[in-house]
Amino acid sequence: MAKTLPPFQSFLDEHRAPVLSFLRSMVGPADADDCFQETFIAAMRAYEQLDGRYPRAWVMTIARRKAIDHHRARKRRPEPRAELPEQPTHDRIDSGGDPELWTAVAALAPKQRAAVAMRFAADMSYADVAEALACSQEAARRSVHEGLKRLRETAPISDRSDHD
Amino acid sequence: MTDPELSSIERALRDQAPRAAEPEAERAAARLAERADEAGLVEVAYDTVDTPVGRMLVATTPRGLVRLELPGQSFEQVLEDLAARVSPRLLELARRTDDVRRQLDEYFAGSRREFDLPLDWRLVRGEFARRLLGNMTRVPYGEAITYTQAAAQAGSPRGSRAAGNALGSNPIPVIVPCHRVVRTGGAIGGYGGGPETKRFLLRHEGWLD
Repeated sequence: MAKTLPPFQSFLDEHRAPVLSFLRSMVGPADADDCFQETFIAAMRAYEQLDGRYPRAWVMTIARRKAIDHHRARKRRPEPRAELPEQPTHDRIDSGGDPELWTAVAALAPKQRAAVAMRFAADMSYADVAEALACSQEAARRSVHEGLKRLRETAPISDRSDHD
Repeated sequence: MTDPELSSIERALRDQAPRAAEPEAERAAARLAERADEAGLVEVAYDTVDTPVGRMLVATTPRGLVRLELPGQSFEQVLEDLAARVSPRLLELARRTDDVRRQLDEYFAGSRREFDLPLDWRLVRGEFARRLLGNMTRVPYGEAITYTQAAAQAGSPRGSRAAGNALGSNPIPVIVPCHRVVRTGGAIGGYGGGPETKRFLLRHEGWLD
């Protein structure tokens, strides 16, 4: 009969940080929270459809759709936020984000971009990335690889990028 | 990926990812709970309440208080049980448990003798247990009845043993005061939260010295 779902609170606790990180890399820190809310509201509505084997992939599929909706909505706006004051930058300080490198990620082909964001902002396994992008693990690896090659061409790594 | 240049890009992406810090994710999740509540999606809301006998877990549904778990039990297990038996759309949400918290605070502070809360009885199994526990809300503060009396009031010839089982299955102790049932002869009898808790409650209400 019906499978037993974990309490939604456990599901939320388990996935909230990677989902928010993924969305920040997709729509920026200022709009990520709205997309986060929409993602988990949609997940809660559709909770019975949760794929028990790949919960991370399932919620990321929704998150990616919300990010795409967000981009479309922005495009439809004639002058996107032109008259609004500059977005508050409160989140940028502790995000550790490098505008240049991750801006270059934003310019990748959509699937490469999502794959790179899932892999490096949300730290997902290739099995989960594949599931979230509805492709094979091979194809997921290829998307990441192609993305990285493209980034090498467009955003050469600066010296400050990897001191550790 | 063996290409060293690609590995350094991988490293740079990881290092510089616009990751959400844990407190930010926690705040976003707390806002989500309120949004979900406003959208009418939360079917079980829970929170913990600190009392003189320890930390309790309380859970409400739109119908009322459905569960109170006494200290000492695994709350995680209780939440999984609620997800399975009531609904998995279950979130931690202080504002849906505020009434319960306030009344428990008042009860333990000595300023409240009766609880005035809507109750959701759906976790009570069986007619007999339902009747017996329903009657418990009419045993006044500071008094106690025996297992035999509790069974008789619920209209069952099955006697005190069945009453003990029904009381032991009470999903809403303290509020449904099953601690007010004691053994004939004066022993206080068993309690889901342990005899110490039962003794504390009966002393608090003045039935025991």
